[in-house]
Amino acid sequence: GHDLTSPPMGPPDPILGVSEAFKKDSNPKKMNLGVGAYRDDQGKPFVLSCVRKAEALISAKQMDKEYLGITGLADFNKSCAKLALGADSEVLKSGRNITVQTISGTGSLRIGANFLSRFHGGPRDVYLPKPSWGNHTPIFKDAGMTLKAYRYYDPATCGFDHSGALEDISKIPEQSVIMLHACAHNPTGVDPRPEQWKEISDLVKKRNLLVFFDMAYQGFASGDIDKDAWAVRYFIEQGHNIVLSQSFAKNMGLYGERVGGFTVVCNDAEEAKRVESQLKILIRPIYSNPPMNGARIASTILNTPELYSVWLGEVHGMANRIIKMREQLEAGLKKEGSTRDWQHVIDQIGMFCFTGLKPEQVERLTKEFSVYMTKDGRISMAGVTSGNVGYLAAGIHAVTK
Amino acid sequence: MSIFSEVPQAPPVAVFKLTADFREDSHPQKVNLGVGAYRTDECQPWVLPVVKKVERLIVEDSSLNHEYLPILGLPEFRSASSKVALGDDSPAIKENRVGAVQALGGTGALRIGGEFLRRWYNGTNNTATPIYVSAPTWENHNAVFADAGFKDIRPYHYWDGAKKGLDISGLLDDLEKAPEASVFVLHACAHNPTGTDPTQDEWKQIAEVMKRRNLFVFFDSAYQGFASGSLDKDAWAIRYFVSEGFELFVAQSFSKNFGLYNERVGNLTVVAKDNENLTRILSQMEKIVRTTWSNPPSQGARIVSKTLNCPELFAEWYVGNVKTMADRVLLMRDQLKAKLQALGTPGTWDHITQQIGMFSFTGLNPKQVEYMIKEKHVYLMASGRINMCGLTSKNIDYVAQSIHDTVTSVQ
Repeated sequence: GHDLTSPPMGPPDPILGVSEAFKKDSNPKKMNLGVGAYRDDQGKPFVLSCVRKAEALISAKQMDKEYLGITGLADFNKSCAKLALGADSEVLKSGRNITVQTISGTGSLRIGANFLSRFHGGPRDVYLPKPSWGNHTPIFKDAGMTLKAYRYYDPATCGFDHSGALEDISKIPEQSVIMLHACAHNPTGVDPRPEQWKEISDLVKKRNLLVFFDMAYQGFASGDIDKDAWAVRYFIEQGHNIVLSQSFAKNMGLYGERVGGFTVVCNDAEEAKRVESQLKILIRPIYSNPPMNGARIASTILNTPELYSVWLGEVHGMANRIIKMREQLEAGLKKEGSTRDWQHVIDQIGMFCFTGLKPEQVERLTKEFSVYMTKDGRISMAGVTSGNVGYLAAGIHAVTK
Repeated sequence: MSIFSEVPQAPPVAVFKLTADFREDSHPQKVNLGVGAYRTDECQPWVLPVVKKVERLIVEDSSLNHEYLPILGLPEFRSASSKVALGDDSPAIKENRVGAVQALGGTGALRIGGEFLRRWYNGTNNTATPIYVSAPTWENHNAVFADAGFKDIRPYHYWDGAKKGLDISGLLDDLEKAPEASVFVLHACAHNPTGTDPTQDEWKQIAEVMKRRNLFVFFDSAYQGFASGSLDKDAWAIRYFVSEGFELFVAQSFSKNFGLYNERVGNLTVVAKDNENLTRILSQMEKIVRTTWSNPPSQGARIVSKTLNCPELFAEWYVGNVKTMADRVLLMRDQLKAKLQALGTPGTWDHITQQIGMFSFTGLNPKQVEYMIKEKHVYLMASGRINMCGLTSKNIDYVAQSIHDTVTSVQ
């Protein structure tokens, strides 16, 4: 018959599946170092005070619930672009960007992928860094693009494979799409240094590639909004007309409200209008128009000076706690007597740390110590607290000595 | 040379262009009968009192945070929503073969359902499966299924312009002739844009043919409660099909019946053959969601869930707020028809009160619609569709007179 009974069981999501397994574990010392959601030093979710204040302001206004336009809340879009590009950006002044509200980072990437699939005249290949966020590949695939990779992470140094990246990028066919993580690379935490970014920019320009920046951690990486957006702004200054995905899930702790933006930097305002009209045609058959709540909160924070400075302080605080945990983990491993080089734990940046652990070691860490992480050796530093960092160091040492 | 220099300007979405034109119009008596959102008798948007109450509870609850929802959404929301559609005592729910995917509005539910069907229904990745949508239908249906990958989207007979009602024989004929396994998108109640629903007898005939011919049922339910004021009455067709043993999808929207338009609250209810199949289906739904929006927005689902799962709040919502909206629409229908009849406007106007829900297919032709907009500053869709909610006690005389003048001046 013609019924629904055909599909096979889908495999569990590798990242979110970790949390499922963690929930089932009864070990009181268990640690969830899987999903990248920030936790405070008590291991609890953290609702930013600027968010609570913004919510109170919004609640008092008693606004209606009428549909947003397809591209979302205009005030949010403007401030979202300003945050990424900088208030004095020539792009903003000339109005040659189109920025639309999206369903957080995933929704932004998907809109971007669909847009490129429909309108990008170049090759259908998208070049991802090796490795990249696990969800990048299926997003682009479902949008009809094909995936290729360029070298990025060097397992020998647990750092950036600069020469390998340049060599691979130099071979990418012209007009292909290249994905760059703006800061706090996921999953490795390895970011290029500014002088390395400059070389990448020059080469990408020479190869005439279309740059797709994924910026999910602005502010979260170094604690400084502008520092974390440096690569994005540098590329634009160098003349790249980039496309950009932004997420406010982590830097505003608005995970479940699904707040994000997608930007296309165009030649001029006229082109931006045409691109906008096509983005609307893409968006409407997915979800018609985006959700208000999170965008309203984010917009209120970005556009209210006192809240904006509270936010900057809280983002700085979150980034600092992560940095401190990195330092304590490295120190803890030394204290355990590990003879391995753990410098990369401190050198890497952002929420994630690519420990260098092999799958068998990860499995042991999970089975014997109830430390949950993804098989690639990635840990979310946000799940580490001053209370459990010692336990983690002991466990990592035990499986790597 | 920009990569995007060849990107063409896309035409604006008609219904939003209508509202934009309305906004720019400075005529003192202008009326907007376009976009489908509820309006009070003062022609204002209405945040349901129960929604205000629940939102306050949520903001004041410091134990709540903004963490990610599961991929498929808030569990309490999903189960309560499916219950609303299928009934508290639904045998399918008792048999553990009903599941759901929280989605971004009814649109999101349709899209996820469409993506699933394209990948896993009638073979694997079978883009050739015919998708039938009513003639006419909500204009976004076509794009949703086309962008989900389907190559063959066809109309089925629905609106009979001559008799101003349902073309049931044309509909049944299309069902008989459709290739086996074809998907039919059925409006559960308050058909958009015609406001014309099959009678219970006609639904039974439709179900009989669909079962015999192995056609897939995809209900679009955007107005449950809003149409008649009764949740059960508005879900009768869905529940009948379930009782007839169909596996089916229901794309539910809470935009209208909760007035939560901009929070994007929807639910794709899946009725499967058994729990084992349901489990596999939901696992594949997760894959689709993960590359579309990862996980759904929290706020709207929390509001609906809290309301549906608390008896006092549920009563306030249903008996209070939903009834208020449905009753006002019914009153406007009665009054518009009465005024047109009193004016002696040519034609019959029974369809105004026979039709149900937010919309009415007036029967005005495109020339008459243009006249209404340009000369009378009454904005409606080119199809002749009006949003009854745009009518108020203050403007109904003007609108009735405008229709009268139009019908008598323009053929």
